[in-house]
Amino acid sequence: MAGARAELDAILIGVGLVGTMLGRELTRAGLRVVGLERGAPRHTVPDFQEPQMHDELRYATRKALMQDNTKETYTFRHTIKDTALPIRRWASFLPGTGLGGSIVHWNGQTFRFQDDDFQQHSRIVARYGRKFIPDDVTIQDWGVTAAELEPYFDRFEYLLGTSGKAGNLKGKKIPGGNVFEDPRSREYPTPPQKEPYGSAIFRKAAEGLGYHAYPQPSCNLSQPYTNPEGLTLNTCTFCGYCERFACEHFAKSTPQTILLPVLLKDPNFELRTGCQVLRVNLDNTGKTATGVTYVDASGKEIELRASLIIVGAYATNNTRLLLLSKIGAPYDPETGKGVVGRNYAYQTMSYPQVFYDESININPFMRSGANGTMIADFAGDNFDHGPLGFIGGAYIGEIMTNGRPIGFHPTPPGTPSWGAKWKQAVVRHYNHTSTINVHGSSVATRGNYLDLDPTYKDAWGLPLLRMTFDFPQNDIRMSAYCTRKAIEIGKQMGGKLVTGAPRKGPYDITEYQTTHNTGGTIMGTDPSISVVNRYLQSWDVSNVFVIGASNFPQNASYNPTDTVGALAYRTADAIVTKYLKSPGPLMNK
Amino acid sequence: MERISRRSFLKSAGAAAAVIVAPGCERSGRESARKGARYVFFNADEAAFIEPAVARLIPADETGPGALEADVPVYIDRQLAGAWGAGADLYRSGPWQSGKPEQGYQLRFTPAELFRTALRAITEDLRKANQGEFAKLKPEKQDEYLRSLESQSRDLGGVPSQIFFESLLEMTIEGFFSDPVYGGNKDMIGWKLIGFPGAYANFYEFVDQHGIAFNRPPMSLSQDASGMVHLHPTNPPEVAQKRR
Repeated sequence: MAGARAELDAILIGVGLVGTMLGRELTRAGLRVVGLERGAPRHTVPDFQEPQMHDELRYATRKALMQDNTKETYTFRHTIKDTALPIRRWASFLPGTGLGGSIVHWNGQTFRFQDDDFQQHSRIVARYGRKFIPDDVTIQDWGVTAAELEPYFDRFEYLLGTSGKAGNLKGKKIPGGNVFEDPRSREYPTPPQKEPYGSAIFRKAAEGLGYHAYPQPSCNLSQPYTNPEGLTLNTCTFCGYCERFACEHFAKSTPQTILLPVLLKDPNFELRTGCQVLRVNLDNTGKTATGVTYVDASGKEIELRASLIIVGAYATNNTRLLLLSKIGAPYDPETGKGVVGRNYAYQTMSYPQVFYDESININPFMRSGANGTMIADFAGDNFDHGPLGFIGGAYIGEIMTNGRPIGFHPTPPGTPSWGAKWKQAVVRHYNHTSTINVHGSSVATRGNYLDLDPTYKDAWGLPLLRMTFDFPQNDIRMSAYCTRKAIEIGKQMGGKLVTGAPRKGPYDITEYQTTHNTGGTIMGTDPSISVVNRYLQSWDVSNVFVIGASNFPQNASYNPTDTVGALAYRTADAIVTKYLKSPGPLMNK
Repeated sequence: MERISRRSFLKSAGAAAAVIVAPGCERSGRESARKGARYVFFNADEAAFIEPAVARLIPADETGPGALEADVPVYIDRQLAGAWGAGADLYRSGPWQSGKPEQGYQLRFTPAELFRTALRAITEDLRKANQGEFAKLKPEKQDEYLRSLESQSRDLGGVPSQIFFESLLEMTIEGFFSDPVYGGNKDMIGWKLIGFPGAYANFYEFVDQHGIAFNRPPMSLSQDASGMVHLHPTNPPEVAQKRR
């Protein structure tokens, strides 16, 4: 590689899921690797232990495990005509910080994106014609197929120990699993979790309507499991403290339970925590990275040199780091030119509720983050969109995660928001309500994007990332249709009342929806509309790889983590088997 | 190795946590002879509004005790006196501009400043309107006043009344349903009311007993740490299969 000999072979920016996986694969290949993590070192023992971990106020309401927004937040506006203002307190989405990253506080929902997600543009054009895609929609193909990713999905799920039931084994459809999934090479590592009451009611209702109910693939494990790295996970106890919490039981798959203990023992690996990376440094050609500059816990600015840089922070932070480092041309929504920050997408959620008679005890507190029963009949392109006039879809499921009462105290519409009538309604409905999750896709549009804010700064004096986003009309139409389907199922669930509204604009940063922020450093095969190639290698600086949900050209109906993990393993494979033998671009521009 | 260290940790964590949480469980204020002595943040005027206000937001009624009985004012007081009240979770760099509601909170006030400012204005307002002490108003009049804060955009010394009301209601619900270690939800009143079991860690044996009435008394973090029986996932598959 050009320039002075680097002190190190590789630097990981962020030691979350991606950093841990790449750290393991690169040290295993003999590379000397330093992992830079801005947050604290954290381990299941002693940091995640009960009883303190079962504290809704501290972790769910006050969001103790999240990125320190007093130092580093984002600004937000709906359109380029608005002035973006800082997100002063987290609400809509919750990026994590600290060793293990955001996946420490995930629910554990583990889905493979479908082949028609990966090839969305060409599949839509082939099935419905080019005119079917609205003018403002900028969906595109990923440059990979489900078949290419299958071995990496498989490897990642066996690392996690995912609990589920296959619906398509090597092309053979299996009732009871997700029959819409692409062929998988073998069964899930562990069987599905137990089915809670509300989910069983949903199953019956959905099957009665002719849909294909299946257990949600879960990384809250159904039974003890030892992964190929030799680490053992325990059975999930349905304690109801998953998302926004860390798991004290060793039952949720996170870097701490699946991989970190192995990586940390490797003499080729060094973890440095409390280290805030300011930028990736480039040489004078601008085509090779020389290393990074970071500020350590004591406040000292340090330049660290390495031959290979892995950008593996949270999706939005990956995008910001490239913009701060001037790697790739920033996207301009006026001209449509430039790539970094392009195709920011989200998730389009709605939550119908079924209010039962008091004889039905739902026991919402006996749940786990990724338990429950769902259907994929309306996900992706699993149904004919021809007459419907929108792209994308949603999975629908009774996949309640908890009954923690500050956040969960459902009341029917028309109930006052306080006073005796409110209280009576909370008492009446708390244990007798099911929530149905309509988890909808998000198309990319010309106007939804990320760039650097011109006004607001972080604690290091660097510009915050600016998010410009509102729900595209396409997704509002999608949500109207899929929410209606969910309510139809809800009406078969035996409740007294079924309520629910589809997602409508404007996007509200004060309401929690999901932490599925995607895009900004998207992958592809055309450098004029993507930031990284199909191996997640920067088109502009070939010794920088950027990995995360920031690679998604648009977001699918499913939760993103499994796909991030598969892409990460695929990139690790490409680096070890191709790049290290001959450093340089893995694809021609 | 992990299992051994985990167990020995739990033992020591139990002892340590018991020492830490003990002061939070004293509720010295309850026995205090002098009214107001239980607060570290609220002054007498502020307490004279907060106590009756939370009692209207979540009233005692035939379903059970309400926010006042659950010591919600103590919860709010401690939150405002502590790091959260001082703005510990707020990005506080300017410029300060007002935006759309969907852009979220954009005021300069920390929660403590927001309450202090708004409560001062409310006390003034009630005096001016010759309404006297909030506590002495009839419940219907109290509700009317609270509704005016909630629905009208009134200026409370720079704090829009809706934002104050929203914050008061949020904190009242938090104080009613958060763990008693934070000073509210006294005797787990809020949890007992709805049947939330609190900090239990294991429902593995119950989750597939569909519709079971789970009637165990709830458990707080502090109880848990002082030696309550707490099940752990000690179920390797061989054991589970043999038992069946």
